[in-house]
Amino acid sequence: MDLLHLFTYGFFQHAVVAALLMSVTCGIIGTYIVSRRMVFISGGITHASFGGVGIGYYLGFPPLAGAATVAVLAALITENLTRRKVMRNDSIIAILWSLGMAIGIIFVYLTPGYAPNLMSYLFGSIITVTSTDLWLMLALALTVTTVFTLLYRPILYVSFDEQFARIRGIPVMFINYLLIILVALTIVLSIRTAGIILVLSVLTIPQNISNLFTNRFSHIMIGSVVFGFFASLLGLVLSYYLDIPSGATIIFTLVVLYLVARLIKVVIFGR
Amino acid sequence: MSTPLIEIKNMDVAYQKQLVLSNISLSVFEHDFIGIIGPNGGGKTSLVKAILGLLKPVGGSVKHSMNSWEIGYLPQGNQVDENFPITVKEVIASGLEHGLKMRLGTTKSRQHKVEKALETVGLKALHSRPIGELSGGEFQRTMLARAIISSPRLLILDEPDTHVDNQFETELYALLKELNKTITILLVSHDIGIISPYIKTIACVNRDLHYHASNEISEEQLKVYNCPIEIIAHGPVPHRVIKEHIHK
Repeated sequence: MDLLHLFTYGFFQHAVVAALLMSVTCGIIGTYIVSRRMVFISGGITHASFGGVGIGYYLGFPPLAGAATVAVLAALITENLTRRKVMRNDSIIAILWSLGMAIGIIFVYLTPGYAPNLMSYLFGSIITVTSTDLWLMLALALTVTTVFTLLYRPILYVSFDEQFARIRGIPVMFINYLLIILVALTIVLSIRTAGIILVLSVLTIPQNISNLFTNRFSHIMIGSVVFGFFASLLGLVLSYYLDIPSGATIIFTLVVLYLVARLIKVVIFGR
Repeated sequence: MSTPLIEIKNMDVAYQKQLVLSNISLSVFEHDFIGIIGPNGGGKTSLVKAILGLLKPVGGSVKHSMNSWEIGYLPQGNQVDENFPITVKEVIASGLEHGLKMRLGTTKSRQHKVEKALETVGLKALHSRPIGELSGGEFQRTMLARAIISSPRLLILDEPDTHVDNQFETELYALLKELNKTITILLVSHDIGIISPYIKTIACVNRDLHYHASNEISEEQLKVYNCPIEIIAHGPVPHRVIKEHIHK
């Protein structure tokens, strides 16, 4: 079957739109995460959200809604406890990380019968996204883009030097909490496409590819969107032809793309 | 006398439940140039942070007769991530930000101020360089430009001469002397010898604070002030006065 024909299928069109929206959101939010060295916090939020998936299954409401609630809650708790220096930051993250997974496993176990689509939450399933998923992803992509366009400077300055930003009267707390909530929502909506296990890669690999060629926050954001979308698209097509799982193929493509970019950098720029 | 810019009265500051400053009083007046000296861990940075409102005193008070954004601040070098993806120009422009403004693009006057600050610190050629690719001296120049770009009423510098070359050190202090004609300056340093010709008065900080209304200080006075620092003398022949070892 030729490539163009593939794009006429409804499921594939959905997947392409999902890949685009995910690349935009994750490209922007991922740059924030990587620049502020918040990858571990993001891992914690991601895994904690599985607790919400389990509760959702058990109580019979959409697992994604449960995941969103728990993810935002975990994000706020981490941010708050870290600020107040109640506990070591990495210990809080580790506890929420494993607690969320534990709650998820218990509730999935307690749910009578077989839990359908459980695997798709762990590994993602971009080819089964529904139009509801797409509308939610569109809403988030628009929100994230708007916030980062209008508040670009305060976000950049707070990320670079929080204390200085505070002296300049920038509402540091507001920016921090707004952004950690956007991080949580980005993670949850990307779980649908990339899965709990794999979501960190779409938030970090495109950024590291861009970072090879530029060291400007705004350029890393734009580059990440482009590289993320390119790799997702390529991964999607490959997974279709090779008949292998889409999420994993996208991640694999991203890593290969990173290695190729590194090689290009060495060959062309000599470093 | 006029009202002080900053008035600290009987202030106690604790850091992670440990008292680092105890019963401190200090008044900073317009056109002051105070050198804050003292041993490492003596509380110099905590004093600065209390003045900036970044640390809340557990006792006493700090009164400002101005807003926090009228203070220019150069933090100690280790405060920021030196590999953060941000350019020299962006860092300097952040010194102009004030409050929460939603803005697209840049204004003429903003650009003009950034250019002028770049010129003042001699970084015109490096304006678009990411800070990760700067030398220690270039990085400190950038931070200095960020501190002075808003034409602050009070300038606070926390060890601005760490990791910098001699040439910049000389330029820095000459520039500060010039700025002091209009701006009040608080300068934290571990080297009283270097800053002595530029500052007007000295504050010795080691858990408590002793104000010394002159720019010269002897080792005996430092001892009285409970301020055990080495005095490094700078002259044509470099030599160093080191305290005698006390044998028990």
